[in-house]
Amino acid sequence: MPGLRWDALLGGVETEGSLAFWMYRLDSWGWLLFETANMAALATLMGAGAALLMAFPAARNLGAGRVVNPLARRLLEAMRTVPEIVYALIFVWAFGVGALAGILAIAVHTAGACGKLFAESIENTGLGAWDGVRSAGGSWAQACRFAVLPQVAPSLLSYALLRFEINLRSASVIGFVGAGGIGEELYKVIAFNYYEEISAILLLIILAVFAIDLLSERLRHRVIGAMR
Amino acid sequence: MGLTAGLRPVAALAQDDAAWTGARGMLELQGLTRRFGATVAVDHVDLEVPAGQMVGIIGRSGAGKSTLLRMINRLQEPSGGRILSGGRDVTALQGRALREWRRDCAMVFQQFNLVQRLDVLTNVLIGRLAWQRGWRAAMVLVGGRFTAEERAMALAALDRFGLAETALQRAETLSGGQQQRVALCRALLQQPRLVLADEPIASLDPRNAQLVMDALRDVNQRDGLSVLVNLHHLDTAREYCDRIVAMQAGKIVFDGTPAALTAERVRSIYGITEQEFAAEAEARRAAERAPAPLAVA
Repeated sequence: MPGLRWDALLGGVETEGSLAFWMYRLDSWGWLLFETANMAALATLMGAGAALLMAFPAARNLGAGRVVNPLARRLLEAMRTVPEIVYALIFVWAFGVGALAGILAIAVHTAGACGKLFAESIENTGLGAWDGVRSAGGSWAQACRFAVLPQVAPSLLSYALLRFEINLRSASVIGFVGAGGIGEELYKVIAFNYYEEISAILLLIILAVFAIDLLSERLRHRVIGAMR
Repeated sequence: MGLTAGLRPVAALAQDDAAWTGARGMLELQGLTRRFGATVAVDHVDLEVPAGQMVGIIGRSGAGKSTLLRMINRLQEPSGGRILSGGRDVTALQGRALREWRRDCAMVFQQFNLVQRLDVLTNVLIGRLAWQRGWRAAMVLVGGRFTAEERAMALAALDRFGLAETALQRAETLSGGQQQRVALCRALLQQPRLVLADEPIASLDPRNAQLVMDALRDVNQRDGLSVLVNLHHLDTAREYCDRIVAMQAGKIVFDGTPAALTAERVRSIYGITEQEFAAEAEARRAAERAPAPLAVA
């Protein structure tokens, strides 16, 4: 814990025991955290997008076929079983040190994890609307788009936003293996036993998760209200 | 064919198309059979429906009425027999041809089967899905945007049944009777030749039931569409239909005019009086209405 002192709390960077002294590298940490948040956002977007496409064939109730359905399910399993950090190591090896490796690693894992949740939410919807669209001559894809998607969109969005929070945490850790973001800095201060810096960075990450939680709540309500 | 002319082309389509109104008959079932395990839901049904007829199919619960209609639309695959239309074997259709067949025989369901979270207008526009081609189909799939003509068509259909002002509401905010009329609008947007109505009024109160049956009759008489409607009220069938087909245990046991279906005839077919038949239907309706009316997502 940092040695904060009440009398010096709002003092300058030079004053020992002040907040500014504790967060003396706020500018570079802030930037790294921003990079981390961007990695998480992009990875969530890519992963949830892929999950959305794969969830329909993976859902058991939409009759995707005896080959496609198990194939989609196995693929999703494979994507989420391998830990992000392992994917990150592979991608760092393939694409070099940097944010790209981290984004891809998190996106792959997100696709697997979200895909399963998406597919289960699809399996929980009634098939009345599905019959309605199919009986009108709608194709399989059209039925997915018009009969299923509007019904499951709110829960899919909830899952994706929860995943965004989780991914911010993942993106912080994944930097340990050189995949970009604040992780490298965190790894460094942990390695050097700079306890005050560790607590400062952890606090910043927690604050960022708070911010995402508040933002996502607003976004969710706006989207659910607007989706009609 | 001009889409802007609202729904009138539907009637023109049904009357002009020689393939449908020709001598071969617009819908012909030959030995149509469906088994579920050991039980036979529909047992060698032979039926011919000429264009423009309003046929009521009656029967007790489990007589195979729903399975029969679902097989005609190919929502359910037959275990045996054939469905012919204009000399074409419908049972063999696959892919796009199958979707076009489904478009041509629009289905109306007991539980309406609307997309509850979509607005009424889009629900009606779902009837246009099978008409989309090429890049337009892709646009509709990705953006969910239909052309201005199609939207005007949907509005005209809604207006016909007094629902135009609900166009931008979510379907789930509508009453059962309104939802069923929206479902009928969706069916009309398909520009079908045939409407298959599977217990369309079983979930509705008497007033709404009458509104929906009036709408079906209007579709039959003004647009010249054939209507096959499953009912379990003999009175309704007698009042609205040109022809009544009675089913019992998957078989057709009566096929004739409403006048020919006398009380004695009902008694000999079902072994119960007409009053008992109506009471049974009423009890079933009450049981179906009791649980939460609709699955709200």
